[in-house]
Amino acid sequence: MSTEELRHTLGYPKFLWRSLVLATDGSLLFYAWMTFLTALALVGANAYAHQVADGMLLTNMSDHVSWGLYIANFTFLVGLAAGGVMMVIPAYLYDDHEMHDVVIIGELLAIASLVMCTLFVVVDLGRPDRFWHLLPGIGALNWPVSMLAWDVIVLNGYLLLNLHIVGYLLYTRFLGKTPDKRWYLPFVFISIVWAISIHTVTAFLFSGLGGRPFWNSAILAPRFLNSAFVAGPAFIIVTLQLVRWATGFKIGTGPIRTLTQVLRVTVLLNLFLLGAELFTSFYTGGSHVSAVQYLYFGLHGYTGLVPWTWTALVFNVTGAVILLQGQIDEKLRWLNVACVLVFFGVWIEKGMGLIVPGFIPSTLHEMVEYVPSLAEWKVTVGVWALGFMIYTVALKIAIPVLTGKESIHKDRIQ
Amino acid sequence: MSQDQGEPNIGGITRRTAIKALGATLGAAAFARAMVPLQSLTKEISVDEFLQKHYREMTPEELEKVLRRLEKETLENYGAEVDIVDARPIPGVEYGYALNLSVCVGCRKCAEACHKENNHDRTTNNSYIRVLEMEQGSMDMERGNASYNHPVPAPGKFYMPVQCQQCANPPCVDVCPVQATWKEDDGIVVVDYNWCIGCRYCEAACPYHARRFNWKRPEIPAEEVNPVQAYLANRIRPKGVVEKCHFCLHRTREGKHPACLEACPTGARVFGNLLDPKSDIRWVLENKRVYILKEELGTQPRFFYYFD
Repeated sequence: MSTEELRHTLGYPKFLWRSLVLATDGSLLFYAWMTFLTALALVGANAYAHQVADGMLLTNMSDHVSWGLYIANFTFLVGLAAGGVMMVIPAYLYDDHEMHDVVIIGELLAIASLVMCTLFVVVDLGRPDRFWHLLPGIGALNWPVSMLAWDVIVLNGYLLLNLHIVGYLLYTRFLGKTPDKRWYLPFVFISIVWAISIHTVTAFLFSGLGGRPFWNSAILAPRFLNSAFVAGPAFIIVTLQLVRWATGFKIGTGPIRTLTQVLRVTVLLNLFLLGAELFTSFYTGGSHVSAVQYLYFGLHGYTGLVPWTWTALVFNVTGAVILLQGQIDEKLRWLNVACVLVFFGVWIEKGMGLIVPGFIPSTLHEMVEYVPSLAEWKVTVGVWALGFMIYTVALKIAIPVLTGKESIHKDRIQ
Repeated sequence: MSQDQGEPNIGGITRRTAIKALGATLGAAAFARAMVPLQSLTKEISVDEFLQKHYREMTPEELEKVLRRLEKETLENYGAEVDIVDARPIPGVEYGYALNLSVCVGCRKCAEACHKENNHDRTTNNSYIRVLEMEQGSMDMERGNASYNHPVPAPGKFYMPVQCQQCANPPCVDVCPVQATWKEDDGIVVVDYNWCIGCRYCEAACPYHARRFNWKRPEIPAEEVNPVQAYLANRIRPKGVVEKCHFCLHRTREGKHPACLEACPTGARVFGNLLDPKSDIRWVLENKRVYILKEELGTQPRFFYYFD
């Protein structure tokens, strides 16, 4: 065994062991937070167990509205996963050094989001026991015809890319070595293109359906990407401050400034694209307007989504106006308010506001409304809680390693 | 960060470690408790069921075993003796269906016949057919109503039953991520209920509201179960999978008519082989004014509406 090999046979288990310690050891606040999330995740797990045992009758979905809160969250989270690329691009394509130091926070967000995406698809399946039918080789993955087959591939591919990049960089940092560019830079560049692909494919999943005029729009993919670049940066801006507060990790003002600049453009572009969509629908009129009519003003006396969608619009517009202020990246309180507003604005717009109107009115123009059931809310909260657990633990491991507080030499220093 | 020094240490185990171990144990126990409802599934999903291959990949012997197993399960779960066959397409046949909008009165006898023939869940009154009450002078379904509840035919209305259009270019088949649904040689779009994962993408893709999902286990009293069944047709579906109209292939592939046609009191329905120039369906298509539902979507239905 060469010394290099020996180093890894000893170093890698040690890295994993220290990661496990870091993941389970922390302040009282950390334990309280993780216990809280665990409790929520358990509520979700229990609701899901009931759903599997009794059938999806426990949801409020129907043959008319056959996708609901789960697929809404799935769609939004694909965007959140892709949104992290707005850190990767400045860090690697523009050599923004300050961003480079914190880019891992965006990559870890992608990992946590992708796990949540997968879970939201799984909880939406009527037969999760047949999940293996999706596996290439032993199952019967309908690639390349089905857009859902494409989505399975690109989402898992993106997850693997990010796991590799983050894992490699953290491990070499742990060993105290300089990472070998050949081992991560090509993957970083692939991941940039791949981030675009995951949200494009997810948009095509909907926009390719000729029988659903609400989704059958060529600007759906651009809208998806753009709103991903709203939700992603908004989430990361707040996260950076939280990480700085909780860990003392020195994060410069640069990354927040850069992300705010991105956000300022994307929130406005998001409103513009929405306007373009609304104009086309309302000015044309006819049957193609009915879903949009239902969404914004109600149709034939049915108004289930009107409060949702106006909340989203008010949040997005208010957020955009706040972000227009000069030096907003220094007025952190205002910035955070804007981030929270646009994050939830996009969550509604691209979640319930996108999925549900696709089904209302139905393809035979029947009006059947949908309000998520308690079980659906429980499962949804559970998946989010699990996602936050993953993200918290990932940051908990990554930041000490990144800052050099945790390394293979640590014991010797002590 | 680990701060073990200075903490109480009993028998080599710090208090922190002990609390962590306790927390992990409690967490695992709580998780096990949360998952208890799943216990009922072990009865429902057998190993054979779990490992069953795709319909089109099974050898005749394997399929034979599956059919017998399904019959046994139906007896166990529903108390009904049934005969499940594997009805295959007849070479040289492509089915087409035509419906005369001038004579349909909207009585929904077809929907009722479908409900019984195809062993639908009794509690939801499910059927593969929805009858739209339309306004005279408009083909716009926006002005239609599928949940009318009054004597028919109502003045100023006409009726349009909608079921699977058995598209030659079916969007539902394209979107299925696991190839659980496909178009057979006789043009009928079928579902392998034992391969479907229940993602419902096909329900979203279908422009005709032709697909149904089993939101729960179907309930049928033993004496009401139609025992004449086929694998790709009317056998009782499992929970959590998608189903659809299959032109009663367990009947039509045996040379009979679909149940909805036999039930129609006005003779509005014409069914037959599109490849046979002497068939009734061909006569209708060649001599009547034919309307194709959502023709602009390019789905190429094999279901045709016509007028006298």
